[in-house]
Amino acid sequence: MPESTVILNAAAIQRALTRIAHEIAERNESSAEVVLAGIPLVGDQLAFRLGKILSDIWKLPVPVGVLDVSMHRDDLDQRAAPMIHPTTMPFDVTGRTVVLVDDVLFTGRTTRAAMDALNDFGRPKNIQLAVLIDRGHRELPVRADFVGKNVPTAVTEKVRVRLDIPNQPDEVVLEK
Amino acid sequence: MSWNRKHLLDVESLTADEIVTVLDTARAFKSVGERAIKKVPALRGKTVVNLFIEPSTRTRISFELAAQRLTADTVNFSADASSFKKGETLKDTARNLEALNADFIVIRHSASGAPHFLSRVVNASIINAGDGAHEHPTQALLDAFTIREHKDKFTGLNVTILGDILYSRVARSNIWALTKLGAKVTLCGPSTLVPKTFEQMGCRVTHDVDEAIRNADIIHLLRIQHERQRKTMFPGIGEYTSLFGLNKARLAKTKPDALIMHPGPVNRGVEIDSEIADCERSLILEQVTNGLAVRMAVLFLLNGGKGPQEVA
Repeated sequence: MPESTVILNAAAIQRALTRIAHEIAERNESSAEVVLAGIPLVGDQLAFRLGKILSDIWKLPVPVGVLDVSMHRDDLDQRAAPMIHPTTMPFDVTGRTVVLVDDVLFTGRTTRAAMDALNDFGRPKNIQLAVLIDRGHRELPVRADFVGKNVPTAVTEKVRVRLDIPNQPDEVVLEK
Repeated sequence: MSWNRKHLLDVESLTADEIVTVLDTARAFKSVGERAIKKVPALRGKTVVNLFIEPSTRTRISFELAAQRLTADTVNFSADASSFKKGETLKDTARNLEALNADFIVIRHSASGAPHFLSRVVNASIINAGDGAHEHPTQALLDAFTIREHKDKFTGLNVTILGDILYSRVARSNIWALTKLGAKVTLCGPSTLVPKTFEQMGCRVTHDVDEAIRNADIIHLLRIQHERQRKTMFPGIGEYTSLFGLNKARLAKTKPDALIMHPGPVNRGVEIDSEIADCERSLILEQVTNGLAVRMAVLFLLNGGKGPQEVA
């Protein structure tokens, strides 16, 4: 068994999301323009949670989409084919502010793929990035606009975000 | 999720888990076809060669479009316009294609086992697009995908395959796929085309069409493959139609939610009445749409490297 430490517990995850939602609301004055796009497997769950909090802040429904980016990855022929998930973007992204939501920001390659994938759906006015954990080790010039928690890690360590697993509390763990 | 294969040669060697992986992957690719921009960059820079030594329109176009929607480059190679006419062997042709750095070779050939042979002599990924009367794996996968979209599950599902089973690679691949997934398969047709030996593959054989389709959830029709039959296997087309053709009267005696499938090309008025082929219970055109998604999924999965499963 790898050694693992809990970085965020369920309450801390919820607090971080609430703060991020307020930061998104602060940054984007025209609330009607904002849509969220979560990246599976965990980013989409986070996006739906963020969407709910934001709707309460703005008193207005915030559209949430699911954006699978595996077809846009740059390492497809180097690793086993990833599991791909259906993409559902039930809104037009053209002219809107799209907040990409992912669980962990690491190399930045998923974010790059996500920006490519978004282009297939239109031309957003702005793209912003919200992540629960920023663990460093960027390989591309990518930076998050909204961060739940910065966690210094070694490259070999793993950060796992577990949400909505039956009979298990929500948590973020660092595995050594 | 499990997929570690380089080639797709047959359904016989796939596990149920692998089949489900293809179907799940295809679901995501189907939605790509419904977007304004129907293209993703997953196979950018790869070359797919369609080596069709036996005529085909539907399958070739489907593979070509699938590759193009994944941003691969495609080259088509057909029997009558090729060096086969000049006496080149299959092995030499394939090695020439490889010398041009083809990453995938999609092959259709009249000889059973031709794709397996190619997979041993070249380094490219080989996809069987139909080899003789042996297998047509992508057809069975797209049929399973179509069935799952409508019936949700395979366990306990009654699937009747009706027609020329003996010469049908579609039947063989479908039998493998459906029995692995837990469906109950019944085969029906003239006794000369549906020998009892097929019971060894785990299905039921009957020559009474009304009995065969009475409890079916899916009625899968097959064309009579005149081109493969060495001699006439039954007295005549007219007799086949009256004994085994699907018509209104026969359909009325089936389950009201039984659905009709056909891999095409359809011979209207022979194995199926024209109006039934176009009725709302017919999935024939959906099969074509799904074929594209399934072939994209197969190309995508075969393109995966040998690295760790997990993608961060």
